[in-house]
Amino acid sequence: MTPAVSFTKVSRHFGAVRAVDAVDLEIAEGEFFAMLGPSGSGKTTCLRLIAGFEQPTSGRIEIFGENAVGVPPYRRNVNTVFQDYALFPHLNVADNVAYGLMVKGVAREERSRAAEEALALVKLPGYGARKPGQLSGGQRQRVALARALVNKPRVLLLDEPLGALDLKLREQMQEELKSLQKQLGITFVFVTHDQGEALSMADRVAVFNDGKIMQIGSPQEIYRRPATRFVADFVGSSNILPPDFMQRYAGQRRWGSLRPEHIRILAQTSGDGVPARVAALSYLGAGTRVSLDAEGLRLHAVVDSGGALPAPGDAVVLTFNRDHVHVMDEPA
Amino acid sequence: MSALAADRTGAPAILAGRGGVFGAMSDWVWRHPRMFLFLMLTPPVLWLGIIYIGSLFALLLQSFFSIDEFSGLINREFTLKTYGELFLPQNVDIVVRTVLMAALVTIASAIVAFPIAYYAARYAKGKWKAAFYLGVMLPLWSSYLVKVYAWKLILAKEGILNWFLAKLHLTWLLDAWLALPIVGGNSLSVSYTGTFLVFVYVWMPFMIVPMQAALERVPGNLIEASADLGAAPRQTFRNVILPLAMPGVIAGSIFTFSLTMGDYIIPQIIGTSRLFIGQAVYAHQGTAGNIPLAAAFTVVPIVVMGFYLWFAKRQGAFDAL
Repeated sequence: MTPAVSFTKVSRHFGAVRAVDAVDLEIAEGEFFAMLGPSGSGKTTCLRLIAGFEQPTSGRIEIFGENAVGVPPYRRNVNTVFQDYALFPHLNVADNVAYGLMVKGVAREERSRAAEEALALVKLPGYGARKPGQLSGGQRQRVALARALVNKPRVLLLDEPLGALDLKLREQMQEELKSLQKQLGITFVFVTHDQGEALSMADRVAVFNDGKIMQIGSPQEIYRRPATRFVADFVGSSNILPPDFMQRYAGQRRWGSLRPEHIRILAQTSGDGVPARVAALSYLGAGTRVSLDAEGLRLHAVVDSGGALPAPGDAVVLTFNRDHVHVMDEPA
Repeated sequence: MSALAADRTGAPAILAGRGGVFGAMSDWVWRHPRMFLFLMLTPPVLWLGIIYIGSLFALLLQSFFSIDEFSGLINREFTLKTYGELFLPQNVDIVVRTVLMAALVTIASAIVAFPIAYYAARYAKGKWKAAFYLGVMLPLWSSYLVKVYAWKLILAKEGILNWFLAKLHLTWLLDAWLALPIVGGNSLSVSYTGTFLVFVYVWMPFMIVPMQAALERVPGNLIEASADLGAAPRQTFRNVILPLAMPGVIAGSIFTFSLTMGDYIIPQIIGTSRLFIGQAVYAHQGTAGNIPLAAAFTVVPIVVMGFYLWFAKRQGAFDAL
């Protein structure tokens, strides 16, 4: 099957800055694909390369098998939901949503009907006459979504669309976006720096750093088997175990990672395990994160808030199941 | 222990007043923000009210007086007779000529200014932006009169433009243009074309600056969003950039339009001997001593601008404000 989007050795350099550097990527049709990474990692530039706002310095971009290099944004059947929505302030909601149809020359009646339908789809029926300035952030977000969807794009690009929303609204929109994607079957490409968002929504995740893709895989793969120290650290703040530590406690001289929830803390000063001292506690609600100092190595453990908690300064022993230690591909 | 974690028990929680007149005044001002606003605004409002609005009102009043044709004295009885004189054919000519010139100058300024303003707003950064402001403002630093005379030399028959066109073997083109009725003449410096060129040159900064300010406020992602939704550049210009920049275009056109309508120096130095409103006002209030008619002439640009703004508002030019 032709991939919806494919990158072959795509680079985008801004002077000396390699925003995107020799990226290979294939996004399947109908997939919910997340691009995850810290700011400046090249994920947004990749999105803009798909939208056509940027042109690659080198490499080949195909959208549904057709060459997209040198094709202006207005000739791509791809639509974008912008980070800050980019609604036209001088047009009302209905005209904003119908904009794409208007420039394509669709008759007024037909496009206002399509706009009303799209607004109903994003649960904003009857909001057509309002101006964007009269809407809340969450409502603007929905209008931006309707404005993109009304064009029936083959690929929908979402640039940190939930970044400006508060937590509760964000969680609600995450669910809605996901069910909308299933319902419409459109390929979604979603850019975010929030690993929780990427893991919970996407079918596949690409983790970006320094203009390169560090790892591509399902959320489970990314979370359980991070390929590099960067991925382990960025996705779920895993404990990074240096080769020396691994040699002593896991019998392999490689970089390893261990999830905070997989460390058990025993309130004893000696015994089998890693001796450590409690440095600080942070209450997270259901769990409590314990910062530990294990012979100079900073480790984090998450323990159940309901149980007995150690106090800062306590000497403890850490144990973990060796099966939970993930050995990374990165050489020692 | 870092120095910042030192014992704070002896330190005051509320600091003592600074003392003195200024200390007391700043505390007072902080507690009475409305009084402060009142004190700040009173002088400029008085200035505007008395000097500006007052003189405008005096002008309006004058236009309702009339002049006694035999004695040449001003008759201070309210009458519409002076306004009636505006409708004499020779005066209607002056008004139509001026309004037409102002309209053409405004349109030409807008067309020439737009790419410059667009470049400055969207592409120029750092020192290029400084160079833009310098380039636009530099002509305003020198005397207006000197610039107009300089243009007379440029446009004259023996001037640099003629010389340049001769070098390019394009004299025939200029001659053909000068042979045209109305816009033509003996040379560019004594034709309406010359007046027009100099007007466009002199008022250009007043069009560029507000346009650039308006374009600066159009977020770049709206232009991207428009392209993303399938709009070709021409459609983006018409549907997004122009409507959002319209308040700036209107602001600039108010300058170019009203400045052209009121000017009496450029058409006197460069152009035909036919009068513009400014020259008519100058002549009537000076040698002719007909202050009422001069005042009535001055009311014309005010009324024209009023209609222009009303029309622009009706067309939705200020919707994006």
